[in-house]
Amino acid sequence: MNLGWAHTGTSVIASFLASLVECVEALTVVLAVGSVRGWRSALIGSATAIAVLLAIIAALGTALTRVPLHILQLTVGTLLLLFGLRWLRKAILRAAGLISLHDEQAAFTKNTEAMRQLTHGPAPWDKIAFAAAFNITMLEGTEVVFIVIAIGAGHAGMLLPASLGAVAALLVIIALGLILHRPLARVPENTLKFIVGVLLSAFGTFWVGEGMGLPWPAADWSILALIAAYLAIALALVPICRSRSHSVPSNTRTLRTPQ
Amino acid sequence: MKWLKTILHEIFGLFVDDASFALAILLWLVLVKTLTPHLGISTRCTGVILFTGLALILAESTIRYAKRPQQRK
Repeated sequence: MNLGWAHTGTSVIASFLASLVECVEALTVVLAVGSVRGWRSALIGSATAIAVLLAIIAALGTALTRVPLHILQLTVGTLLLLFGLRWLRKAILRAAGLISLHDEQAAFTKNTEAMRQLTHGPAPWDKIAFAAAFNITMLEGTEVVFIVIAIGAGHAGMLLPASLGAVAALLVIIALGLILHRPLARVPENTLKFIVGVLLSAFGTFWVGEGMGLPWPAADWSILALIAAYLAIALALVPICRSRSHSVPSNTRTLRTPQ
Repeated sequence: MKWLKTILHEIFGLFVDDASFALAILLWLVLVKTLTPHLGISTRCTGVILFTGLALILAESTIRYAKRPQQRK
């Protein structure tokens, strides 16, 4: 099967960037847990969660092959669209300064303090460290699984490129974690989320169209046009939202009647 | 099993943040799927119509959020 670069390349990039965002969030917590409660239990917790996630991927991957492709494209495309547009909407509002940016350094400090309050020192086997690392890896990892399945299941042969993107993101984060050994506060998270939101929205729109049986002009290359169009709209919406917003003092806000 | 409940809640939250935004997207998809074959529009334009509606929903939702009173920091 001849899969164009437009499809394969963008699948890998979308999966890589989306997974990178989730991996950064997980790494922040695992670093906080490991540095305070001990690395052994934290790393075993993360490794256990990854093993559970791999089992989920294996089970869902097999089941997905039995569903007719157009139904899969419509279903997955709709989910991807809901996911991508939600992500893009939040990224626009963050870029416009209307909602706060996610601060990895603040998250690291908060988790470190929470762990310190629960213990006086690292133990050889630590249930709290295991559970905390397991939970965060499971939560963020589940999101990665959904991203991979959503990107990979919409088109035959795309599961492998999408999986490679996610694995590449995981390896990059592990390497960065080993080198930096610190939260990755310098990663411009909202910029990543902005790009990921654009990519997922474009993919979602394309696959919904494919699932509905719409013939896209220029076939798979339409994805690039959709990416450009969503990017242009999102960039245009940032200053519009900024100009439309108006702040009110907190004491007057409390007097307003809920609508 | 609390972690499972948390994961399910997290998964739902992946797709639905603002209920009216998610509902508008779903309604638009249903409209495009059911109505466009009966409107005599060229099938090549349907993709553009699908995208335009989604872009308008995104714009309306973000601008509506921006117009809400924001707490001064």
